[in-house]
Amino acid sequence: MKLNRSFSPPERNPFPGTLLPFRFLPLDNHRYVAVNAGGEHIVSDRSSIQALIDGSMTSEHPQADDFEARNFVARSNTAIGMLASQIRTRMSGLPDFTGLHMFVVTLRCDHSCQYCQVSRVSEDRAAFDMTPEIADAALAHVFKSPSPKIKIEFQGGETLLNFELIKYIIEKATVLGADRDVQFVIATNLGFVDDEIIDYCRAKAVYFSVSLDGPAFLHDANRPRPGNDSHARTKNAILRVRNALGAERVSALMTTTQLSLSHPEAIVDEYVALGFDSIFIRHLSDYGFAARSRGRIGYQATAFVEFFKKALARVIEWNLRGTHLIESYTQLLVRRILTAYPTGYVDLQSPSGMGIGALLYNYNGKIYTADEGRMLAEMGDDTFCIGHVRDDYKSLIAGSNLVPMLRESMVEAVPGCCDCAFNLYCGTDPLYHYRSQGSWVGHRPTSEFCFRNMEILKHLIVLLEDDEEARRVLMSWMP
Amino acid sequence: MILQGAIPRQEGGAYIRLVSLDWGNGHTVKLNSSRILEFLDEEGAIRYVELPGNLHMPKEGDVLRIDLSCGTVRFLYRRDSPHNALFITERCNSRCLMCSQPPRVVDDGYLIDDILEMLPLISRDTVEIGITGGEPTLLGPRLLQVIQNLKLHLPRTAVHMLTNGRSFSSEVWAKDIAAIHHPDLMLGIPLYSDVAWRHDFIVQASGAFDETLRGFFNLARHNVPFEIRVVIHMQSLPRLRELALFISRNLPFAKQVALMGLELMGFARTNIDSLWVEPQEYGEILRDAIGELTSRGVNPLIFNHPLCLLPHELWPFAVKSISDWKNVYAEECDACVVRNDCGGLFASSALRRPAGLRAIETLPPSHRQFPAFAPTNP
Repeated sequence: MKLNRSFSPPERNPFPGTLLPFRFLPLDNHRYVAVNAGGEHIVSDRSSIQALIDGSMTSEHPQADDFEARNFVARSNTAIGMLASQIRTRMSGLPDFTGLHMFVVTLRCDHSCQYCQVSRVSEDRAAFDMTPEIADAALAHVFKSPSPKIKIEFQGGETLLNFELIKYIIEKATVLGADRDVQFVIATNLGFVDDEIIDYCRAKAVYFSVSLDGPAFLHDANRPRPGNDSHARTKNAILRVRNALGAERVSALMTTTQLSLSHPEAIVDEYVALGFDSIFIRHLSDYGFAARSRGRIGYQATAFVEFFKKALARVIEWNLRGTHLIESYTQLLVRRILTAYPTGYVDLQSPSGMGIGALLYNYNGKIYTADEGRMLAEMGDDTFCIGHVRDDYKSLIAGSNLVPMLRESMVEAVPGCCDCAFNLYCGTDPLYHYRSQGSWVGHRPTSEFCFRNMEILKHLIVLLEDDEEARRVLMSWMP
Repeated sequence: MILQGAIPRQEGGAYIRLVSLDWGNGHTVKLNSSRILEFLDEEGAIRYVELPGNLHMPKEGDVLRIDLSCGTVRFLYRRDSPHNALFITERCNSRCLMCSQPPRVVDDGYLIDDILEMLPLISRDTVEIGITGGEPTLLGPRLLQVIQNLKLHLPRTAVHMLTNGRSFSSEVWAKDIAAIHHPDLMLGIPLYSDVAWRHDFIVQASGAFDETLRGFFNLARHNVPFEIRVVIHMQSLPRLRELALFISRNLPFAKQVALMGLELMGFARTNIDSLWVEPQEYGEILRDAIGELTSRGVNPLIFNHPLCLLPHELWPFAVKSISDWKNVYAEECDACVVRNDCGGLFASSALRRPAGLRAIETLPPSHRQFPAFAPTNP
């Protein structure tokens, strides 16, 4: 370097400075991933991590600058301030409190889905509809939440079978929520959609969430109904609603079954063929009917992870060919890895999003901390019921089981999670662990939730690190 | 464009510091076709000065500083230019390897005196005005007074101040500048690396990186908007992408990030062999850096790069950023179809003409017309 002599050459400070807190775990046969208190990560080999920890790393190390820039070592207190800022940012969504409010407007349904998580009854039992009185009481609780954004999601059964109540709730909520950003989503198989419903939903900016498990043979096998034409009806209805209201108003959710596992590419291709720009590859939770039909469905966690990887690869391939398609779970995880921004998916947060992120008001007025909570209740266990719509708000939130469940299941509190390198990227699922292991704290070494998330996170970190094309695709799904 | 020159010295009488050309306003200032400036000095005597032949022709609303005892004339403000800046001081507490305005240790407090006197003469319709130096914050409370007066005299004018930001490591500074409540103030603060040793080397000041970072956080805490500026050269290029990653992770509240081409003036000339890199060689690194920023919602801009030297997909980020008085185009540019959207070159680029300058003859197939960017930052 030829500098004029009045300029000083560079001066490297002695390495490593002060070590900042971080956790690490093996990524593959050769490498480790280390994650700091703010969630920044670095991939390195074991001997380098060892050298960092025991103080023998020098500024000559090829990753010395990276360890410093990513706040694994500190030159001054400023690094601590930066980590603190990231931690605060990650927590900044908490004060908004409950944003997602699910209303179970009816349990009536025309389908007999194998994995049905609601013990639904046939179409003509009106005793299983929510009443306007219960809806009013529930809405009063909804708007006690300080959240500036409120999403009201209609669940069932088949929600459109009680469309009158949906309209009632929308009308009331629009008035009560005049000072907020209120969004309405109807989860439905769309079988009962008609022009009246479409016109109403156009005027009120209502969104639809539809089950689409994959190509016809798969979808129909998973979701039997009289006539066995669920896929055809769903497809027609999607196109009809899309044409009438716009593509952004209809989103699809898939459910994974044993049969799905052999067809990752076909499922992704079906979503592309039907013109969706996102797909959410969900894990099956085996409640309700699914519990009784265990043996036919239910699958190895490993098989699901392989399925997920293949489906993601197909999604990435579509992107590289110019089709914009997002895999939503991956998008969520990549956001949690590459930024410190809070994310709103209640099932992957710590503290859990139960209650403080989402609440469910059942058709009978009972309030549950999550969708799965009412499904557990259908099987006879009311642990995740925090009260009834006639109870006062404070007793629901502060007087019930909720706070102990949240506190005891936080990643900082759970053995295994508290030391895990991925705990800032992952979350906690107290309900899954209660149901499958008997306690909401759970036992991580035998937890499928843990296994699944660790494997997927490792997979994504390797992709981000090694596959430049995949990295660009994943980053294009942000912010 | 020549904006300063020599005039014959005149004996006796106080010297006039500045005048505002104001046609038809009685005795104020007149300029005739022989380039003779007629004005009243401080004692009311009529003075005549012949302006140098090559001096840019003053126009109505311009502000000139005429120093009769030293024999100099200089433009301080031009009414029809989008690139006016208040030059606060030549002093600086950094000494960047590529500084285009090398600092001097000098007592130049009179510069602020001039500025404070000048502000009422500046048109209220001025869209934007810069504050530059040296390091403006070295002037302490007098700088705050300038900003306060800008708010008073030019309430509709956006102010863009260039500073190394180190003074804001003291929170009191951030608080004081925020307390002025200027309606449209933005600070332009450089950050050259994601690691202290490299940044401190580039600015030739130990501890600068840490101070600058603390400054960013203090400014954010008090809601003072700032942009981050990065000059691209041999010393900052190796970790440019990592710097983008660092900014998007730790400083996402920056209003924008300007990735800037090197201006070959001052120390940049002195150290040119340790700085100069051909722009067409770092297109990929630039693209990666921009990708890191946009994916986190941070707004990147490219300054001082002609379009022909940038990968096409980066054209939407390029800004016509070079101040008019030092902006030139090459011969090739006459035939270029995107000349009007392109910022051209620094006049000083003659020292190292970048390789690859060429006229774009046909628009690339994926090109969409984008509006020519107005210069936002001189």
